[in-house]
Amino acid sequence: MPPVSFQSAIRCRDLRKEYRSRGGNVQAVRGLDLDVRPGECFGLLGPNGAGKTTTIEILEGLLDATSGEVEILGMRWGEHDDELRQHIGISLQETRFPEKLSVRETLVLFRSFYSDGNDPAAVMAEVGLTEKSKSWVGKLSGGQRQRLAVACALVGNPELLFLDEPTTGLDPQSRRQLWDTIRSLGERGKTTLLTTHYMDEAERLCARVAVVDQGKIIALGSPAELIAGLGGEHVIEFALGNGSRVAVEELLALPAVKKARTEAVGMALTVTEPHVAIPALLQILERQGLELMRLTTRHVSLEDVFVHLTGKRLRDDEISPS
Amino acid sequence: MTKYHPLRELLLARLREFMREPEAVFWVYGFPLLLALGLGIAFRNQPAEKVYVDVQQGAGDAYGVARDLRNSANMVVEIHSAGECHDRLRLGKSSLVVIPGDPMTFVFDPTRPESVLARQRVDDVLQRSAGRRDPVATRDDHLTEPGARYIDFLVPGLLGMNLMGSGMWGVGFVIVDMRVRKLLKRFVATPMKRADFLWSMIGARLVFMIPELVIVLGTGVLIFGVLIKGNMFAILVLAFLGAISFSGLGLLVASRAQRIETVSGLMNLIMLPMWLLSGIFFSSDRFPDVLQPFVQSLPLTQLNNALRAVILEGAPLVSQVWRLSVLLVWGGISFVCALRWFRWN
Repeated sequence: MPPVSFQSAIRCRDLRKEYRSRGGNVQAVRGLDLDVRPGECFGLLGPNGAGKTTTIEILEGLLDATSGEVEILGMRWGEHDDELRQHIGISLQETRFPEKLSVRETLVLFRSFYSDGNDPAAVMAEVGLTEKSKSWVGKLSGGQRQRLAVACALVGNPELLFLDEPTTGLDPQSRRQLWDTIRSLGERGKTTLLTTHYMDEAERLCARVAVVDQGKIIALGSPAELIAGLGGEHVIEFALGNGSRVAVEELLALPAVKKARTEAVGMALTVTEPHVAIPALLQILERQGLELMRLTTRHVSLEDVFVHLTGKRLRDDEISPS
Repeated sequence: MTKYHPLRELLLARLREFMREPEAVFWVYGFPLLLALGLGIAFRNQPAEKVYVDVQQGAGDAYGVARDLRNSANMVVEIHSAGECHDRLRLGKSSLVVIPGDPMTFVFDPTRPESVLARQRVDDVLQRSAGRRDPVATRDDHLTEPGARYIDFLVPGLLGMNLMGSGMWGVGFVIVDMRVRKLLKRFVATPMKRADFLWSMIGARLVFMIPELVIVLGTGVLIFGVLIKGNMFAILVLAFLGAISFSGLGLLVASRAQRIETVSGLMNLIMLPMWLLSGIFFSSDRFPDVLQPFVQSLPLTQLNNALRAVILEGAPLVSQVWRLSVLLVWGGISFVCALRWFRWN
């Protein structure tokens, strides 16, 4: 590894990617700038189809950009490919490893590609697959397969790790296990770029996140900064009988309310002090004779940031606001 | 570095995957064995067929006629009443009914080949026992020695067919499967040398080829007594070149296909003409002259011809150079094109 002579582990400027398709050209990435600092865990957040995977595959050197500059660990694709491949670890969104090889055999295979790397046994221990060492990949659960994918990314002892939706489709327990693994990488000074459409994942793992929508970064900062940008720290969600609504202007006039929006079912307020806002809200409802069906409060999350920025939910399985 | 050798690990992975896939093992090793056994048994040299003849009771000297016929080899003769004789002939229990008398009458169905044969043999026997002398002296010399039977012809053809099938499937199918699984993409995301990957595919083919060769030739030799006249080294070289060339074709077919269905279709499209025309089950010389340039330019035709020449006739390897160059040109061109067009992502 050359001495750390770069300021960004990943640096890209005005990245663009156009696909030709039957219905004309599709712009998957439209002028994206990114700086990931050495040693940080950086999250690319966005809904399906936002351009996250296209971006990460260009950064991984698996796709050519239509235009734009990319620098990885101070090197460029097309000039230092072999060197770069030795120093990055990749977990693709979907790789089906050979079913009839054992976990250990798979890791030894991947280890053999790198001139310098980690002991497969150590990597297995790190991702918690030691007990499955001799099991065939075909017998692993979804979570174990994802951990194997991360292990294959780690076995070359990479400086920089790309994880494309590492926990998509996993049960909560498997997700937590994988989070622990990723967090421990950060503690050892590895740089990680991960994409996710889970807000809680980004909040827990990433020092900084970039929110991507329609091929562009629409917000950048630490999760705390992005949340603070909403002005309040709490969200009050409520729904009224017969689907009635209260005018947004009226809600914004309430004390401690910073933002108000209409959701698919009911409405949501971003507030600084729930104990001030809630009595005021209830007064309005009583005055207008509206029936309260549901009222919940919670902390603001990146999800709220995203909805605020785009007016869209992050995941397809949630109903988007009308 | 020595602890983890990429080419060795890739090759080991291929071998392990194959050996752990019972279906693949069956198609590569079990299927040709069954095919050789089935065809060998179906076309084995059978003892001369017996002729079933009934003599009708009541007319003329039925017992005398029956006695004359029984003296001849392979004749099964029974005496029955007219009605029974008729029924037995109708049901196929006998091939011919003889009604003694003057003239002697033969009742049979002229569309049944065994009946026609029975009529001639019965006539022959009866004429001779009545005193006919054949003016020309004849002698039969039966050809049943190993090397000239159908099974001898078949075994080298099956070997060639197997080298083609497993070369193409073993490389083509496996690569497309890896592409579908995004495993190829995952591999090129590592510092793996692409040449190592391709060499491991070919290396694995060559390793798998040895048991194939042993099984097909072993079945021929041990079960059907096929005589191998050529030397084993020459046969090994032929099998090696066949395996390599068809791996090249397999690689070419798989170089861009994105779906298993595509590669299966392409593979069948390429193999079908060779199954039919390349002389696996019968000699490719039987096709009309117009087709011969095409037939002779197929790689399997040349491999089969060379295998037959070496195995059955003991031809030296040097005499097969022309055939082998046709085979290798196919393999070589396929490799070069496959490498140019290969789609890793």
